[in-house]
Amino acid sequence: MTTHSSDLEPIQAVGDPLPDPGLPPHEHRLTDTDPKAAKRVERQVAAMFGIATLASIGFLVAYVALPLDGDLNRLQLSNILLGLFLGLSLFLIGIGAIQWAKKLMPDVEMVQERHPLESSPEDQQGAIAAFEAGAEESGIGRRKLIRNSLLGAAALLPLPVVFLLGDLGPLTPPPPEVLAKTIWKKGTRVVNDVTFEPIKPSDLQVGQLVNAMPASYEELPEEAHTERLRVRASASVLLIRMERGEFTVPEGREGWDIDGILCYSKICTHVGCPISLYEQQTHNMLCPCHQSTFALAEGGKVVFGPARRSLPQLPLEVDAEGYLAAAAGFDQPVGPSYWQRLEVES
Amino acid sequence: MSTTVKLASKPVAALDQRLTIGKLAKENLRKVFPDHWSFLLGEIALYSFIVLLLSGTFLTLFFKPTMTEVIYQGSYVPLRGVPMSEAYASTLNISFDVRGGLLVRQIHHWSALLFVASMAVHMFRVFFTGAFRRPREINWSIGGLLLLMGLAAGFTGYSLPDDLLSGTGLRIIEGIILSIPIVGSYLSFLVFGGAFPGDEIISRLYIAHVLLVPGAIMALVGAHLLILWYQKHTQWPGPGRTEQNVVGYPLFPVYTAKAGGFFFVVSGVIVLLSALIQINPVWFWGPYDPSQVSAGTQPDWYIGWLDGMLRIMPGWEIALFGIWTLSLNVLIPALVMPGVLTVVLLAYPAIERFATGDDREHHLLDRPRNNPTRTGIGVMAIVFYGLLWLGGGNDFVATIFQIPVNYITRFMQVAIFVLPPLAFVITRRIAIGLQRRDRERVEHGRETGVIRMTTDGEFYEEHEPISQYEAYALTAHPRPKIIEAEPRLDENGIKNPNYKKTKRQARLNRFYWDNTVDKPTQDQLHDEQEHAALDTDEHLEHELLPGGGHNPATATRHD
Repeated sequence: MTTHSSDLEPIQAVGDPLPDPGLPPHEHRLTDTDPKAAKRVERQVAAMFGIATLASIGFLVAYVALPLDGDLNRLQLSNILLGLFLGLSLFLIGIGAIQWAKKLMPDVEMVQERHPLESSPEDQQGAIAAFEAGAEESGIGRRKLIRNSLLGAAALLPLPVVFLLGDLGPLTPPPPEVLAKTIWKKGTRVVNDVTFEPIKPSDLQVGQLVNAMPASYEELPEEAHTERLRVRASASVLLIRMERGEFTVPEGREGWDIDGILCYSKICTHVGCPISLYEQQTHNMLCPCHQSTFALAEGGKVVFGPARRSLPQLPLEVDAEGYLAAAAGFDQPVGPSYWQRLEVES
Repeated sequence: MSTTVKLASKPVAALDQRLTIGKLAKENLRKVFPDHWSFLLGEIALYSFIVLLLSGTFLTLFFKPTMTEVIYQGSYVPLRGVPMSEAYASTLNISFDVRGGLLVRQIHHWSALLFVASMAVHMFRVFFTGAFRRPREINWSIGGLLLLMGLAAGFTGYSLPDDLLSGTGLRIIEGIILSIPIVGSYLSFLVFGGAFPGDEIISRLYIAHVLLVPGAIMALVGAHLLILWYQKHTQWPGPGRTEQNVVGYPLFPVYTAKAGGFFFVVSGVIVLLSALIQINPVWFWGPYDPSQVSAGTQPDWYIGWLDGMLRIMPGWEIALFGIWTLSLNVLIPALVMPGVLTVVLLAYPAIERFATGDDREHHLLDRPRNNPTRTGIGVMAIVFYGLLWLGGGNDFVATIFQIPVNYITRFMQVAIFVLPPLAFVITRRIAIGLQRRDRERVEHGRETGVIRMTTDGEFYEEHEPISQYEAYALTAHPRPKIIEAEPRLDENGIKNPNYKKTKRQARLNRFYWDNTVDKPTQDQLHDEQEHAALDTDEHLEHELLPGGGHNPATATRHD
């Protein structure tokens, strides 16, 4: 034991009320004293290993006997049988081994000494001496020019590595501007997001809510899969019709509705889930992800939950053929907030 | 020499000539490991990780990590003809067209849940028993990193199938990245390869999920085990168990059979779960569509607390100088708090060392009651976590108990500040109560349940001394070390530079050991036992006094 450290001193010996009586006498198990009991356990363990073997064979049989053919019941049966056989095989091997260890292997506790973890003073000094010798030979302390230029080179090395990641995504045009835009613009028809039919004001009953998309979405080619998903992630909207007087019109949004039909972004201003739970009584929309609740009758403002900003509203008009269309694009970025959202033009 | 040994001797000798395994084996084959059920928790984590590696490898043979659009033509009829990403289509293929594929998918998901759960419970064990103290602080930190890596592995895996749930999770991640000041939108474009959702994220998460994260976990697990091996396992205090020894069973054969067997038990249970209990039926959710979401959207359990924090955070957002948007409602719960909590978790051993001034090596564990403040802090953390977790399921709580979800959120907003400290106080009181009981038991012995009445009509319960082994085990813990602040001025009237630091430390120390019951000293124990013996004698004397207060109760006594 080292002299310079208090570690591993018998901590509890100082002022301890009772001396350590040492390990209690070992108590024999039945299997230690009765050969019959030991034999019985041996048979038990062997039986478990035996059943495990059979279970593995059962797995093979189930695998071969139940080819999948699209029938869901058969799939379920296959899953249960394969799992039960494999699980049972594993489980029994485990239980057998543990029973063997607990009942038949010696259960006399062994004692081993611990050794102090700290090196001896000689070793510590030896290590310091070795390091000093090496450092001295390298001359890193004396040759300051080498040391400093190496530090400079090493300090800048991470930058090329970071810049290598620059093409992970397109940074031109600047993301804050890309995020601010949707494909809505003046004249874009509002279409049902399932049938893609254009919508006439008379199609909507009072209190009715329709999930909608810009008509220009349908014009995107099928192959533009990523682009289509992006439109779904940014340009999805809600149409709702309320009685006049049931809703308030915020300042500056006069004339954005058509006969009480209002259009809001469907993308939550918190972290971007599509808000989709509609409470007909209150005309509130609730986001199922974090329960931000938006009052569609009050300009889409937040009435509950972690979101801060109102749902952006899309001004509506009726086009020459009598269908609902956007009177302009969104006047602000839709979706979650980001640092530059107030700076960018949408 | 048995046949087994004889058969093995030649190849073993050959190996020894090349790798000196003889010395290694001699020193380690009979290495002693202490035995206790709570030491198995870490093993469960290790074994479920092995199951994850095996089942995950199988899944990679069939999974196609790309977002290229395909029209599904597999055997699940309801989705036939639906355009979807190849990632989702191949996940359906694994589930419906590969024999045992669904089973392995469920095995992978179940073992992931178990992996994180067992790491968390293992960490509780290490925390409550003080097993993180010197010399094991490094292993505590590695464990903390492993837990984080476990979350990363879980989340990246959850996102891969590209179903509606996993896509919704990624959308939330996008919202979180966007909230990062200044660079948020740029970072998001780098991560997703453009505006969300892009067509890169699945293949990028895939390489993280199958190579980077598991590689890091494997390296950390390796270091964790090597250190454990080198430092030797902790043990509970008790007769014959000291700071200088390890008492237990040898690695070979007892631990080999027990631990090896336990691996099979853990994997067996995971497979049985996967056979019988469905998990994440991705075909129900459908392919990801950013304009759709299902009600009751839930992450895996270990991400629930983060989601809970996002849910109960008030909608604070600041427009700095009227131009820059700072989304505190996202930034605080999703990035700041997890960061702070991680630092606290990793720094806890150092914080406790400062409060207790205890920098000794410890190989004997603390019973949780003997460190009431630490135990209180642990329960406080669990309550804090549990509340956030419940908050993450507030919509489920609302449906089950028929309470408006708004009430639950409001309740959580208050409870998160009130209940954890309350849990701390209550737990500490309980621990101190248990300490008193221990001391009582050592000093006065066991309550026998036999009530005696003296001839004076006084009732008392007979106590019986406990065994010397039990008494020793109850008094084997170290005494609290009380730290006093150093004097403000030294003897020459010069300001002591250590004064402020030691004063803070002394205050923390006083709080730490406040009301803690110390074990008796030798003299106290001696006095108490003598006193107890005297008491009993006195009672007996009264009983034996002839004609002393002959009342009916004594007359009907049967003994």
